[in-house]
Amino acid sequence: MSIAIFAIISIIKSVAVIFVLLTAVAYSVWLERKVSAHIQNRWGPTRVGPFGLLQPLADGIKFIFKEDLTQPYVYKTLYIASPIIAVVFAITAISVIPFGNSITIGPITTYLQITDLNIGLLVVLGITSMGVYGVALAGWSSNSKYSLLGGLRASAQMISYEISLGLSLIPVMILAGSFSLREIVNAQRHLHWNFFYVPFGTIAFFTYLISAYAETNRTPFDLPEAESELVAGYHTEYSAMKFAMFFMAEYANMVTVACLSTLLFFGGWLGPVFGPPLMQALLPVLWFCLKVFFFMFLYVWVRWTLPRFRYDQLMAFGWKVLLPVAIANLVVTALVVALRA
Amino acid sequence: MIPLSCYLVLSGILFVSGVLGFLIKRNIITIFMSIELMLNGVNLSFVAFAAHWHMLGNVHALSGQIFVFFVMVVAAAEAAVGLAIIIAVYRTRETLNVDQVNLLKL
Amino acid sequence: MLHLALFLFFGAICVAGAVNLLVQRHPINSALSLVVVMASLAGEYLLLGAEFVAAIQVIVYAGAIMVLFIFTIMLLNAGEEERTKGSRVAILLGIPGVAIGAVLVAWTLLRHSQTASVPMFALPGVPRDIARLLFHDFLLPFEVTSILILIAIMGAVVLASRPDAVARPHHAEPAQQPREVPELVGPGKERG
Repeated sequence: MSIAIFAIISIIKSVAVIFVLLTAVAYSVWLERKVSAHIQNRWGPTRVGPFGLLQPLADGIKFIFKEDLTQPYVYKTLYIASPIIAVVFAITAISVIPFGNSITIGPITTYLQITDLNIGLLVVLGITSMGVYGVALAGWSSNSKYSLLGGLRASAQMISYEISLGLSLIPVMILAGSFSLREIVNAQRHLHWNFFYVPFGTIAFFTYLISAYAETNRTPFDLPEAESELVAGYHTEYSAMKFAMFFMAEYANMVTVACLSTLLFFGGWLGPVFGPPLMQALLPVLWFCLKVFFFMFLYVWVRWTLPRFRYDQLMAFGWKVLLPVAIANLVVTALVVALRA
Repeated sequence: MIPLSCYLVLSGILFVSGVLGFLIKRNIITIFMSIELMLNGVNLSFVAFAAHWHMLGNVHALSGQIFVFFVMVVAAAEAAVGLAIIIAVYRTRETLNVDQVNLLKL
Repeated sequence: MLHLALFLFFGAICVAGAVNLLVQRHPINSALSLVVVMASLAGEYLLLGAEFVAAIQVIVYAGAIMVLFIFTIMLLNAGEEERTKGSRVAILLGIPGVAIGAVLVAWTLLRHSQTASVPMFALPGVPRDIARLLFHDFLLPFEVTSILILIAIMGAVVLASRPDAVARPHHAEPAQQPREVPELVGPGKERG
């Protein structure tokens, strides 16, 4: 296929994926509000549209029209750049996530993925590593006590749990034999999901889930942005659109983590497939979306069920419990796979 | 097709910038960052030579990439210990200016 | 053609970042320029085909080591550099000296360089080949560097800890003296 057609198809795919991602981010906020409301025995947003479904639209309009306060004592350049950095890295991670197999429209066959790198897993890890900068620089550039403390705590927490995140993903890579996300999903055919690979896959899954919750600063690890502790942590001094960008970045990170959980441990888009070719291409996308929805629901469910860790408990848990478990899991998995071959 | 010397010149520019930063700057942390810049320049020339030798068919060509890992590891270890020393120095001398850290005992 | 354009693009960002590191006075700006240099170097590695090395460069260098630098700058509240006598002398002597050294290095490189060219994506950067080398031929250096990192971690923890925090063991707070409770002055009781 020529370069021009490849470029046009890539642009179409990128625009479609980013549009879907931003809509998913907006509606994950709606999901959180509804689920948290029902957990707390109340209704949540019901007035704006049926079931409150237009609430994200109303929130977006509110954020655009809100007054954008910029304090005089902030470091201007970094203050404006930090939310941009956070959002850019949060959205870029979706570019290597596969949603399904290949789809054939007319003469063109293309993967349902923006790009299939054979180091896809490492690219996602690298992008989440770079996401720490948004938080750290936001806390520092706001030039206020609460923001600095919140920013330092949040970024220290994120880099501590990044290690167990990476180490818990390596058994998955060993079992599949490749860093490419598509290969990892294809190695889980016929219900050989990595989650069912007891005990290594299950331990890897739970280690990954806990590390990812800490990485995205969600309860029970959300002390850095807890309202009752540090005002609002690193985004205390932000208002209107910049705050909305931090918000979007956090939920986009949640979506990325949910996508990775399904791809690496729950078989991605694999599921019963039937029907004409177009439906056979789109049905896997439905299974993928259902599994991702389950993980987003799990995120919200855990948030409104568990209390939060204190900061020293959080760091002690990450370094003294999770890291040894991840390393032990990795060593034993490698041993078992090597002895079996 | 780019001649190998282009990569080496780029690596040389990075290394020379690192040396210049090491000599000019007065802040300890910036001096450390210049050291990291020097190490990065060296990494680039390692990988460029690995590609060059791979084109010539040498069987040991990929060792250049492996050596980059070792350079990164050593740079990480050095950065960690160096920054810990900087924090300890700052606690006692209250300054980050290299010119003012000139007495062995306060 | 595309190769040259991409090489010049990433190379220009590299050099601009390096020059910015030297020119900026506040260390946080220098740190961020260094992050830009490392990211563009990852692009250069990708051009040479070393994709695994590029990914590791972003994860380790730009994502961990530079975060460490930025932490330290934030913790120590480093401010802008002042122009002192020492720094003026250093600039006066340093720039010409390093310029001479740079010209020498560039002249040697360009004069003795082979005319061999390196095409795009020359290296097989597949993790499988790198793993084969790393764990067969270079196993001993690999293990030794892991011990090196362990020593570095222990050293950093010891060096950066406060002198009294290491010595004093954790013990329960001693029971506090009950504070003096001021007497409440009611409507019936008069103060003397």
